[in-house]
Amino acid sequence: MKNSFLMRNPSTLIFLAALAVFTIVVTALSEAFGLGLISTSFVKTLGKTLCLGLVAIAMDLVWGYAGILSLGHFAFFGLGGYMIGMWLMYERTRDIVISSMSDAPIPPTAEEITDAIGHQIFGVVGSSEFPLIWAFADSLVLQLVLVVLVPGALAFVFGWLAFRSRVAGVYLSILTQAMTLALSLYLFQNDSGLRGNNGLSGLQNLPGLEAAPQSVVSIWFLWASALALGLGYLLAAWIVSGKFGSVIRGIRDDEARVRFLGYSVESYKLALFTVTACIAGIAGALYYPQAGIINPAEIAPIASIYLAVWVAIGGRGRLYGAVIGAGFVSLVSSWFTGGQAPDISLGFYTIKWVDWWLIVLGLSFVFVTLFAPKGIAGLFDLAAHRRWPNRHGADLGPDAGALREREANE
Amino acid sequence: MNTLLEVSGVSVTFDGFRAINNLSFRIGPAEMRAIIGPNGAGKTTFMDIVTGKTKPDQGRILWGEKSISLRGMSEARIAREGVGRKFQKPTVFEDQTVHENLLMALRNKRGPFAVLFYKPAAKDLVRVEALAEEIGLHDALWRKSGELSHGQKQWLEIGMLLAQEPRLLLVDEPAAGMTPAEREHTTNILTEAAKTRAVVVVEHDMEFVRRLNCKVTVLHEGAVLAEGSLDHVTANQDVIDVYLGR
Repeated sequence: MKNSFLMRNPSTLIFLAALAVFTIVVTALSEAFGLGLISTSFVKTLGKTLCLGLVAIAMDLVWGYAGILSLGHFAFFGLGGYMIGMWLMYERTRDIVISSMSDAPIPPTAEEITDAIGHQIFGVVGSSEFPLIWAFADSLVLQLVLVVLVPGALAFVFGWLAFRSRVAGVYLSILTQAMTLALSLYLFQNDSGLRGNNGLSGLQNLPGLEAAPQSVVSIWFLWASALALGLGYLLAAWIVSGKFGSVIRGIRDDEARVRFLGYSVESYKLALFTVTACIAGIAGALYYPQAGIINPAEIAPIASIYLAVWVAIGGRGRLYGAVIGAGFVSLVSSWFTGGQAPDISLGFYTIKWVDWWLIVLGLSFVFVTLFAPKGIAGLFDLAAHRRWPNRHGADLGPDAGALREREANE
Repeated sequence: MNTLLEVSGVSVTFDGFRAINNLSFRIGPAEMRAIIGPNGAGKTTFMDIVTGKTKPDQGRILWGEKSISLRGMSEARIAREGVGRKFQKPTVFEDQTVHENLLMALRNKRGPFAVLFYKPAAKDLVRVEALAEEIGLHDALWRKSGELSHGQKQWLEIGMLLAQEPRLLLVDEPAAGMTPAEREHTTNILTEAAKTRAVVVVEHDMEFVRRLNCKVTVLHEGAVLAEGSLDHVTANQDVIDVYLGR
């Protein structure tokens, strides 16, 4: 059955193969397991990019397929990061506290250790008490469950309220943006329990695995990210390939018609919104240990807008388009903003890419929306076109109102 | 008489304008009915009310043998109860193939999880083929429905309606933009459907209504002006004044 699914969706097979090749090549060129041509920090960048690809798939499902322009999926991504970050920070601080206390003449009690951890973690925001939300921070399993559960629950409650009231279109986008903004403003507060604007840091160190150098850890995370992206892609491809995909594309194109067919549009939107929030949470949980730090600025609305830009530039309504868009734009973006791009001197003015990159990105977003709505993924169509018979632009349908050849191949 | 749908004393007001005024209407389980009336008579609003798109201010809408009320049900719920609707403008999912369109409309479980794990059974595929045959789109099954001609889209929509297996079909101007041969075919499909279910056709074209050969309800200013055979209502002086006389 799995074979036939892959056979029916050759693009999935090609994508998974390309992902596998990419992972193997990066591993072979890494410092830890190979020739050492790729620096550890760049391996981390690539691993993070894979996570961005995964959240882009979630965005594409919800926007490209179901037509819900959510500007809140990076909030779910960030929440996933916070959930895993709590465990990483707690455990690592505990190791440090225990080793520093081991010299004391009297062995510390469990309570003293907890107090010391609290003091270490929350001292920066003038507190030493563990807030309630840290109750499970000492359990990896529970925090991993929360990685999926917290974004999923937030998306479910938000979606239930919004979709049930039939909020749609631009109003829904504004509402999701408001949710994102509210969440990030809340997290900026020192008493939010997540260290305010300091965020959680030191996440790149895996507790209990201090012996493993970062070059090795970075490759582990690359593998985990690639695996998650592959599985996420398979799940998404499976969701959109069947009748569920038909229904959500129907919702995108004509919501009322789907309702009159007897499908409860709201339940479909809610289910998809929640599932994609969970996917975004998983992507975030893999991203932030590679980034090493998470703070509320990561959740700011601009991040979710970037996500929409990536998917639009990559190609909406196509899973590989979303991944390509996220990878391409975020890598180019970090090249330009990282100061690696050479400045262009015009004599009277020097173009500094750090300042100008956002304008280039904005212009290319406008350009893609206006002139190439299929995005980068549309280029694959151009390549594939040559294999189809050339009908010299004649109508496919029996009358002039029918789709032209070019449109029909979409 | 056995009644499938009974609408009684329904009124609806849009910004002070009374679109439907104390309207009453009933139809049996296997009956064809044509609704005619001038523009603004409330024909489309009537369909909107029955399908749940518009909520009436007052009145009763009773459905089926158990006379359950359709008021307050969502559109999707009403559609699942067995009310199918065809719009004036052909609305099919243009981005998807004829096969996908029909499969989506096919009577099956409608919940997200049932649909997610749905695999088309052999009988579903046979049914889709048969429907495509019936609406003359068998050769176009794997084409995107956006490529179809206007008339073919109309048929596809009728096919999707039949696939839903509704007990009541509401059809808004099915013959609009069709060639005479296509009208003939449409008439046949509708008459065939009316043998096993209730069919309500809203139509402007008198010639088409005559061919349907059924009871006619004339709407005017949101209320029923006359009801009976086409010859009966066209002889009615009120009807001549408001509609035919123009």
